[in-house]
Amino acid sequence: MTTASIPAAGGRRRQPTKLRRAVRRNVTAYGFLCGALICFAFFSWYPMVREVILSFQKTNFVDPPKWVGLENFRTVVNDPAFGPAWVNTAVFTLLALLCGYGIPFVTAIVLNELRHARAYLRFVVYLPVMLPPAVSVLLFQWFYNPDYGLFNQVLDLFHLPGLQWLNSTSTALISLVIVSTWMNMGSGTLIYLAALQTIPSELYEAAELDGAGLFKRIWHVTIPQTKLILLVMLLLQIVATMQVFIEPYLLTGGGPENATVSVVYLMYQYAFNFGNLNAGNALGLMLMIVLMVFSAIYLRVSRDNTV
Amino acid sequence: MSNITVMPDRSAGAPATSARHERRGQRRPRKPINTQFRTAVSPHQLNTTRGRIIYWIVLVIVVVSFTAAFVFPLYWMITGAMKSTEELNAIPPTFLPSHFSLDGYLQAWDLLGLGTLLGNTALYAGGAWLLTLAVDVSAAYALSKLRPALGKVVLALMLSTLMIPPMVIMLPAYLTVKDVPFFHWNLLNTPWAIWLPAAANGFNVFLLKRFFDSIPRELLEAAEIDGASPGRILWSVVIPISRPILGVVSILTVVNVWRDFVWPLLVLPDSDKMSVSIGIASLSSQMPQNVLVASLVIASIPTIVVFFLFQRHIMAGLTAGSLKG
Repeated sequence: MTTASIPAAGGRRRQPTKLRRAVRRNVTAYGFLCGALICFAFFSWYPMVREVILSFQKTNFVDPPKWVGLENFRTVVNDPAFGPAWVNTAVFTLLALLCGYGIPFVTAIVLNELRHARAYLRFVVYLPVMLPPAVSVLLFQWFYNPDYGLFNQVLDLFHLPGLQWLNSTSTALISLVIVSTWMNMGSGTLIYLAALQTIPSELYEAAELDGAGLFKRIWHVTIPQTKLILLVMLLLQIVATMQVFIEPYLLTGGGPENATVSVVYLMYQYAFNFGNLNAGNALGLMLMIVLMVFSAIYLRVSRDNTV
Repeated sequence: MSNITVMPDRSAGAPATSARHERRGQRRPRKPINTQFRTAVSPHQLNTTRGRIIYWIVLVIVVVSFTAAFVFPLYWMITGAMKSTEELNAIPPTFLPSHFSLDGYLQAWDLLGLGTLLGNTALYAGGAWLLTLAVDVSAAYALSKLRPALGKVVLALMLSTLMIPPMVIMLPAYLTVKDVPFFHWNLLNTPWAIWLPAAANGFNVFLLKRFFDSIPRELLEAAEIDGASPGRILWSVVIPISRPILGVVSILTVVNVWRDFVWPLLVLPDSDKMSVSIGIASLSSQMPQNVLVASLVIASIPTIVVFFLFQRHIMAGLTAGSLKG
């Protein structure tokens, strides 16, 4: 290539050649990048900006958009479903953390001790994650049926009274948590399992020599050693579960009596059922701000600890 | 297993081994539980009689409960599709369907038009796969090896999209698809509505760039001295050695498009353009239970098959992103 000619050409031609090479390198690089830049610009960056803009506007896509200040926010805050949506989302997230965070970690610890059937158990626990979420949710809708669903049939087998599951305000939300945990716990379990396998065995041996029992070893070795991944998963899971949509959309439609309406579901309703897209955007912006706090913590944690 | 037993175990190491030798003389030794990998439970304890009993009890409990929790629902789904509506409503329920018939499946295939739905979904997943690979691989290559000016800024902007919850920008993204700025195309009900946003995936760029960074510079410089253009280097040097990561990205993309619900729900409202999840969900309330369940089985077969075939890649992709933030 041109590299060979540079020494012969002398000092005067050196600068332009170098510059030209830099230009050419950049042009080539941006040629390779242009596809991604277009996709990101249209479908990620622009929507991010537009989300903010639309929250403060009134648009009907015929007249030019009008700036309305905080009116959209006032609309959603005054909605009777606004309070329940946030409370439900928070309770759902909390319950989903209790089940969907604790259970996978305990499962991973137990699986890590087993020397048989490992491949089978790993495969099986991840199986629901591979099903399309709509399939899992509709499957559980059938299981939850009070008359002929599997769950009440099992309860009946043990001579226990059946539950109303999705139809009662007291059990509807927990029913959603069960579906959500069932279909998502596989990934958490396998991630924890991978983390557990990186713990050096010397630590356990040392703890054992110091006389630590099984539970003390878990408390003083396993948990500190997996602290980072536990924290990261906690934040990721909060962000993921606070965006809950498909479960209320398919199972309950937010009911009974707003018992399962979630923030994203309300946002969807504003945009597609109530015909007030801007109010939906305002609600989305509120959720975004809340979730960005968790995302920022996540970023901080993972950056401080990348060794 | 309490911690009381640990201490005597250690202090009385020698007698314990001699005791085992004695036992060996009396009867054939049992195959010890593999303790190659040291975990929280002491390997020594694990191979005592009590340890073995507890181990096997725990193992059986775990296997049985996992099967009940994760396999039984699928069994119930597969056999439920073979039962008639009366049989589904029967109390107590039948464990096996009274007749073996695939009528439910055939009915589901016809009533829901599953052929079209699956075909659509395959088109969306396949196109998204090709476009994502083309776009994200070349972007990651440019950022990793060509290092243009402002490359770091571009990368940071791409990674910043990972911090934005996808549900939150769903409405403005929907508006973009409905009326693409500058071009004024309406992409609703076209495959591009799935393909283009799928390619804007910061996580893929991150995975690919990290892999490309690990490719030694000398390898590319050698090709450059031989006169290969950057495109040629990407095609003949980088891509062949990046097969593992390309496999991970491919499967993640295909599986994500196949499983996605909210986005296709918004951008593909026409019933003959729907993906399989949306199609089934939209017709679910009008179907007899056994037909609906049969359609659920059919819809999950492709992802389960992919899982069987590419288990290793899928699990690699799962831990690749999470262990290093």
